[in-house]
Amino acid sequence: MFWRMIFKTLARQKSKMLMIAFTVILGVSLSTAMMNVMLGVGDKVNRELKVYGANITVRHKDAALMSDLYGLTEGLGVNDKFLYEEDIFKLKTIFWGFNILDFVPMLDGHAILSVKGRPGAAGDVSLFGTWTEKHAVLSTGEELATGLKSLRTWWEVEGDWIGEDDNNSVMIGKILASKNKIHVGDAITLSNNGIVKNYIVKGIFNDGGNSDEKILMNLSEVQKLMNLSGKISSIEVSALTTPDNDLARKAAQDPKSLSPDEYETWYCTAYVSAICHQIQEVIRDGVAKPVRQVAESEGTILNKTTLLMILITILSSIGSALAISNLITASVIERSQELGLLKALGAYNWQIVLLVLLEVMITGLFGGVIGYFLGIGFAQIIGQTVFGSYIEIAKMVILIVAVILFFVTLLGSVPAIRYLTALKPTEVLHGK
Amino acid sequence: MADKILELKNISKIYGSLKALADINLSVNKGDWLSIMGPSGSGKTTMINIIGCMDTPSTGSVILDGVDISKENSASLTRIRRDKIGLIFQQFHLISYLTAVENVMLAQYYHSMPDEQEAMEALAKVGLKDRAHHLPAQLSGGEQQRVCIARALINSPQILLGDEPTGNLDEENEGIVVDIFRRLHDEGVTIIIVTHDPEVGDVARRKIILEHGRLIDDIDQSATFGEALKLKSK
Repeated sequence: MFWRMIFKTLARQKSKMLMIAFTVILGVSLSTAMMNVMLGVGDKVNRELKVYGANITVRHKDAALMSDLYGLTEGLGVNDKFLYEEDIFKLKTIFWGFNILDFVPMLDGHAILSVKGRPGAAGDVSLFGTWTEKHAVLSTGEELATGLKSLRTWWEVEGDWIGEDDNNSVMIGKILASKNKIHVGDAITLSNNGIVKNYIVKGIFNDGGNSDEKILMNLSEVQKLMNLSGKISSIEVSALTTPDNDLARKAAQDPKSLSPDEYETWYCTAYVSAICHQIQEVIRDGVAKPVRQVAESEGTILNKTTLLMILITILSSIGSALAISNLITASVIERSQELGLLKALGAYNWQIVLLVLLEVMITGLFGGVIGYFLGIGFAQIIGQTVFGSYIEIAKMVILIVAVILFFVTLLGSVPAIRYLTALKPTEVLHGK
Repeated sequence: MADKILELKNISKIYGSLKALADINLSVNKGDWLSIMGPSGSGKTTMINIIGCMDTPSTGSVILDGVDISKENSASLTRIRRDKIGLIFQQFHLISYLTAVENVMLAQYYHSMPDEQEAMEALAKVGLKDRAHHLPAQLSGGEQQRVCIARALINSPQILLGDEPTGNLDEENEGIVVDIFRRLHDEGVTIIIVTHDPEVGDVARRKIILEHGRLIDDIDQSATFGEALKLKSK
């Protein structure tokens, strides 16, 4: 009898129920889209922000100490402290290895530059060796493609980047090239420790920083010139991270201050401090530190993006609740004689409230299912339009949307429920 | 001495400065057929609302089947109404999207458990077995009122309470409904009816007259009961 009444009411009030369903579809689709984007946007925003370069640097612990204590970035105690090149692939073996997108070794050096036919263009110059492009297969079987090219996306390069095995070419910073009137295609000579080698200038780069006064070479070439085989000065790491919270900040001060449970939570979350901690566990004598500006920008942008999505979800839910509230109240007022009759026949308030709520919930469920799938579609459109890729569908959104839908429908029904409980059969049955 | 099914003791109902009912005393015995008459605004509807557990008096007490219900809360009154009262309305108040039998079963649902066979028997009792699966809109006014009577009777109430049950009916249907009341009275059902219609008021065994909220007359019509019925019923 109960279900017969519900389904007959739904059929009879088709247009009103369709309006409620339509409201729910709008609200749920927007919430579903926003939440899926919100949950999937972390990695997407992080990847977008990778254009700002590495967010972690790893240096020898003594060099890091000199830098922390005295602000030294070169000289004794800094330039003569090295990490081991062979350790670098261990970065991919840490707990959050999958979140490490790019990494490059850096080796600083210097040499005497001379340019054929230009005697004035000579003198001591700074070098840095790295991987411009590196392809490798890890012991896990994972194929790796990294390099400075991925970490310096903002560079303006005249000519070409030097290739992975291009040991006879170099790239020159714009200022250095300008000072010495060096052009792409010129031949230069670099000498150090009695080693003399000729190179072709393959490209001139504009970094906008100190690097513009340096020469970029393949790592192995700088190691040869400096006689530092297998050594590197630092590692630049670009990792996907989670914005810091109080736990991350506490851990960044001292991981030992955490309780076992806190430590486990922190260690298993991609906080930049947790990733740094894990890097230090695998890089001998290494100290990993976040590049604060980049890491904090990522966190801020991510937090603001998430906040925006949450706000849109909340506002759409409030909008839906208000619209549902109006529609249900109008429907209940229209049916007040019928509902008053049920009271007169012996129905308790809760029985009538249950009847109306179930009608609305069934309509809401119908709208919710359609809205959910529509929301997934919207999420993909947003993903494609904004990030150029699909948004991964988070299953937990189903649960969240179901809970939101339940409470939105319930809240939307509150005015109608209040009206129902106050409804006196005598008032509606005598037509007053 | 006959069993009292209903007793109103010094009942008053006050709305602000208006006394809708003033110090009413009334006893109704089991199996009585009572009609309540009076002009508009005399307090008939207020009285029937109080007897039907849809309202409570401002002062005085209502003893229904030996229990004082005047101080009961809304949920208790709902339970008492469901168990002891059968309501008939002037405007029928059938649910438009339920068939005649479903409308009868609705009262069963809120009382105990719907039983279609029993509902069909109730409809048969008012001569509507063959119209059981029609929607209210497919029934005449008289048929709708008979469905309403079947719905009121389905849970075997102690009192059948009618608020102008023939007010919306033509003379022919009025006669049919009065005839049903006669049969129910013969079966021992207690009937209390509010009516404007003197002919319907006259067919009851007893008639009370209200005016300005006061009970001004209580007439025993036992002597003329049979004759009036013969004239009215078919």
